[in-house]
Amino acid sequence: MTVQIKTLDMEPKRQTFGHVARRLGADKPATRYQEATLDVQATANFHYKPLWEPEYWTYDPRKTAVVMADWYKPLDPRQFYYATYNISRANMNQAAERAFAFAEERGLLEKISADARTQIEFGLLPLRHLHWGANMNMTEITQRGYGTAVTAPCIFSAGDHLGMAQIVSRIGLALDGQTGVSLDMAKEVWMNDPAWQGVRRLIEDTLVERDFFQLFVAQTLAVNGVVFDLIYKMADAGWKDAQIAVAMLTEFMTDWRADEAKWSDHVIKTVAAESAGNKALVSQWAADWIARAVEAAKPLSAALLGDNGALAEAAGDAVKTRAKNLGLTL
Amino acid sequence: MSQLASLTLYHNDEARPIIEAIIADNPGVRVLNMPGAVKLDCEGALVVKRASVEERLGRDWDPQEIHLVLISMAGHLDEDDDQFSVSWKH
Repeated sequence: MTVQIKTLDMEPKRQTFGHVARRLGADKPATRYQEATLDVQATANFHYKPLWEPEYWTYDPRKTAVVMADWYKPLDPRQFYYATYNISRANMNQAAERAFAFAEERGLLEKISADARTQIEFGLLPLRHLHWGANMNMTEITQRGYGTAVTAPCIFSAGDHLGMAQIVSRIGLALDGQTGVSLDMAKEVWMNDPAWQGVRRLIEDTLVERDFFQLFVAQTLAVNGVVFDLIYKMADAGWKDAQIAVAMLTEFMTDWRADEAKWSDHVIKTVAAESAGNKALVSQWAADWIARAVEAAKPLSAALLGDNGALAEAAGDAVKTRAKNLGLTL
Repeated sequence: MSQLASLTLYHNDEARPIIEAIIADNPGVRVLNMPGAVKLDCEGALVVKRASVEERLGRDWDPQEIHLVLISMAGHLDEDDDQFSVSWKH
């Protein structure tokens, strides 16, 4: 008896969900990112009008002044959905864990001078509060924003900020022998040191910004681009002989910034390119918030690096160039 | 005599951007769907370009990663940092 093995190619009745197929223009296999993102947010038939804001519906594109015909146009070039995001961050976190283990094993933070320690306590540790503010902002955009394409990556970004606040805190704990004293001091600095009050005011003003896309521009261009880049990218000289230790332990932030900018720049570029009205609005917001962030960061850069605010200016110029490349007019 | 350069890849989420890139970059490619696999045949040569795959994948992609989804191939292999190709040219 002979047995014949035959393969049968069964065509699935449909390749993807109907709403995704309509977006793709044909019934073809969709990526998980597309299936987890496109038209996921509810758009109609809300049951209750929010009593605290009766002029809007629960999800409402009018919660920003910019107008998009389709809020699913600014897609995430990294194609992050739950799984891809977590895989990517787990890898970055593993690298961070190794860096901390290495720093502890070699006593990198014990060997630094008192001068460097003071600088880190003054210039780096208070950033955990700024990260918390940034986390609030990204969460707010998720809550008030429109379209899963924009809001889903925002909650990922909010998670990133919490993670980075934890990394900053761990640096503090490594410095003070796990007592938390340095973190209490950092809170004092954040609340009372004149050099930090501009930055604190900047982030507190963004916390009450109601226009979700203006908040997006303020957070991703101004706060990330000026303040975080100033401290994480440009302030190496400020850490004295702890430069290498700080660079190693904040590598997560460098990787995150490159990754986040890929997405946030693309969103801003797409929204600004939609219409002349959008371009004017976004350009205006970017110009305002970048200028404010530079003013806020100047005393900080002066106190940390003794440069009279030159590096804050440089960070601002870099962001302005970046914004111009995104099609904004500053 | 003409010869077909060919790549056979898994048909899954990881391979789909690569398949799309191959179809876009190689005019005249013939696509043969099999259960769980896709065979791509092209007269003479078949090229996978890093830039095209990255564009569809949304992240950095090393042409070496194609081996994770590659089942079979026909043709002389030429690979570098920017492309992965099979051809019968010398």
